Formats: sequence, structure tokens, C-alpha cells
Amino acid sequence: MWFDILPSFWEGTKITIELTLFSAVIAFFLAFAAGFGRLSKFRAVRLLSATYVEIFRGTSLFVQLFWIYFALPLFGIMLPKMVAGVLALSLNAGAYGSEIVRSTIISVPKGQTEAAIALNMTPWQRTRLVILPQALVMMLPPFGNLIIELLKGTALVSLITLSDLTFVATVLNSSIMRPTEIFSVLLIIYFVISLPFTRGIRWIEHRLSAGRY
Amino acid sequence: MSVPLKLIYNEDPTKNTGSEARKNIVGPIVIYNNISKSYGDLQVLKNIDLEIAPGEKVALIGPSGSGKTTLARLLMTLEEPTSGTIEVEGEMLWHQRVNDKLIKANEKHLHQVRGNIGMVFQHFNLFPHMTILRNVMEAPRNVLGLSKEEAKERAVKMLAQVGLSSKIDAYPAQLSGGQKQRVAIARALVMRPKVMLFDEPTSALDPELVGEVLEVIKAIALEGEMAMLLITHEMDFAKDVADRILFFDQGRIIEQGPPKKIFNNPESERLQTFLSRFNRH
Repeated sequence: MWFDILPSFWEGTKITIELTLFSAVIAFFLAFAAGFGRLSKFRAVRLLSATYVEIFRGTSLFVQLFWIYFALPLFGIMLPKMVAGVLALSLNAGAYGSEIVRSTIISVPKGQTEAAIALNMTPWQRTRLVILPQALVMMLPPFGNLIIELLKGTALVSLITLSDLTFVATVLNSSIMRPTEIFSVLLIIYFVISLPFTRGIRWIEHRLSAGRY
Repeated sequence: MSVPLKLIYNEDPTKNTGSEARKNIVGPIVIYNNISKSYGDLQVLKNIDLEIAPGEKVALIGPSGSGKTTLARLLMTLEEPTSGTIEVEGEMLWHQRVNDKLIKANEKHLHQVRGNIGMVFQHFNLFPHMTILRNVMEAPRNVLGLSKEEAKERAVKMLAQVGLSSKIDAYPAQLSGGQKQRVAIARALVMRPKVMLFDEPTSALDPELVGEVLEVIKAIALEGEMAMLLITHEMDFAKDVADRILFFDQGRIIEQGPPKKIFNNPESERLQTFLSRFNRH
């Protein structure tokens, strides 16, 4: 039996990893755009960013996914399953990520900005040379959490029949009816995928904080 | 240690030579013109008029909360005055003149004018993610536009001057408070400002580390070229280094003059009371 089902699990695993990676990259950019947007000196930018963040934090990923896949076509926008999945996941994670970006940036001590001003750095130089490098180190642990959340969130795309790990497991189970074995394997695979992410983030964290504190 | 100080004030201008004479011709490098600063209902500076000559060392003394720090922060463009104007080298700092009207300065204007000013903070504010060398060379490189080699050379020289050549590859967290403050001084000096602000540079230090920082500041003061605004609670140091002492209380300059007069013949009752607290120990 395992000989037959393992290849399907492998196919599902690939989809899940792809979803996670694509969504993580896009979420990362969204997080920075919206995080900085909320700190902008322009009211319109702040408002726009806040609206995005509050909408996607305030509604469930499940509903967002269904809305993008089933409701958008009514407005003439038909998205392939994979695109809809990545879009929902990254918009959702990006909203949470923007709060990480915003909160770490404002938690860099004020004296750092003042020292940068005293050295006559431009606003962009202050951000790039002084604030961001310090904020990034603080962002890493919560970003690590977010990626794991994102990975687990990908299970929801099975509901729009995208054949990720969870989808494969459900289909296999309905045909061979061995829930204990199948869902145990599923658990293990998710855990194994998450490991390199946690380890990777730890590693970067370690590298970036060299010599400090 | 008694070093003969070149006094700019109360001195016969005909006796001045060289740079000293030039200073008297070009006029003040900093002018505070009727400056007030309020935070809500609290007025921390009240109609301050103050001129600082090029190369002049001015010490600000007075009780905590008297507005000394705010005066320096306004000049560093960290706080905006509520009213009044500040001029640096004849150029408005917080304002721009457009069609004969004074308007609030934009970031570009501030950038142009504040290049003349440097500041050393009470809590050092070193960049914790950079080595000592990078702390000092980052601004020359990025703000002054020097090449990496030039910036490094300047920074290394500056660090040698404050006695920290052996620490250039260390991170701020690995230094003592006194060493951190010396790095901060080097970081400000390397930009070659015309006016340096010291905001209680030894107040956050352990008592045994105060001396090394004061030595460095004194050495800079003796070089003479930069104007300095020193906010300090170290009375002996102020007496030693300053050409002029300003006594601040409740947002006003109560009394000012050469150190001898301020410390030996204080006129106002408030200054007498303030000084008596220091003489007791």
C-alpha cells in the first residue's frame, strides 16, 4: 500500500512547499510596504495601509480564500487555483507581518534616530543604516512564527481543491480508509517541512546579532 | 591643571591675533533670537537671546529641567522651537526665506544647515549593530561622500586621538561607558563640525570613568577651532574649559559671564544657592 500512496504524498508536498515559499516571499514584501506605509508621513498612505491590514487581520483566511476564488469571478476576475491560493495566503500573512515590521521599527530607541540626525544623515540613510538593521534582528523571531503559521495555513487551500498535502491525504483516506496511518504521515511531513524554516531563521538571527549584547 | 585660556570675551580686540581676530570680524556662528519652547502648557525656554562666537566655549549650568538640554536639542534640529529663530553662520536654521517671508524649513534646508553642528549625547547613542570603526566612518562615508578608504583613514585617526585604536573592531556592547562616550565624541568630531554640543556627556558614567571623558573633551577644547556648547554638572570642568558660563533656571538665562566672575562673584541669589550645593562637598 505505501508503495502506491507515497508518490501522491510527494506530489502534495511539492505543492505545499511551493505555496509556502511563494506566499512567504510576497507576504514579506507586503509586510514591509504596509508596515512602512503605516508609519508614513502622508495620511492617505497611512489610511490605505491600515485599511488593508485591518481587513485581512479582521477576517478569516478561510473566508478570504473562498472570496478570492469563488467571489472574484463574479467581477470577471478568474484566477487559477494556485494563484488564488498564493494570493490569499500572502495577503493574509502580509497583514500580520506588517504589524511586526511596524512594531519593531518603532521599538528601535529614539536615541538612535537622534544620533543619526546629529550626523546629518538623510531620512533614507537613517532608515537604511541605523533603524532597519536593528529592527530586522527583532523581526526575525516573529517572522519565523509567521512562516510556520503560513505553512500550516496552506492546508486550507485543499478546500478550493488545490492538490496540496492535506488534499492528497483526504482523497487517499476516502479511497483506502486508513485514517490513522494517513494522517500520522501527514503530521510528520508538515513537521519535517517546518524544520528547515525554523532552523534557517535561527541561523540568520545568530548571524545578524553577531557581536551584540 | 591650569591651562592658560584664550578668552574671547572681555578682552581688548586689538590684542587678538590670527584666528581670534577673524572671529570678531565674522560675527557669531550661532544666534538664538527670542527663542521659546513649550510642551503643551509647560514652557521650558522663555525668550532666549544668545550668541556664540566661532571657537567660543560656552558652558551651560543650572538645575535639572531648567531648559539647558532643550537649548542644545533645538540647535541640533531634534526639537523645533515654538517661536523665535536660530541662525547658524548667518543662515536660518528652522526657517527659510521665500519671497521675503519666513516659512518653516524643509528637510533639505535642515540638512544643509545642520552639517555645521555635531552633538554628543548623555547616553552615547552609539549604533549597537556596527563595530566601533563603522560607527565612526559611516557618516563621513555616506553623508560627506568620502571614499571608503578616506573615511576609514579619517575614522582611524580620530579613534587614535580619543585613545581607542585597540578597539576599532569591537562592538559598543563590549566597551565601558567611558570608552563608549569617547567613541561617540570621535563619531561627532570626524564630521568636523563648527559647533559641538555636549549634552551632559559624563552624567551617565560611573564616577571613576568621568575623568577620561573630560580629558578628551578638554583636549578638543584646547585645539580651539570649534565652538562648543557644554551642558554639564561638573563645575570644575566648566571653570577650566569654558570662556563663558551661562546659568540657566526655569527656562531663562539668569546670569552669564566669564568663569571667574560666575564662580567667585555670583550676583543672583539663585546662582548663589545653586553653587552652594556644589561647594558643600
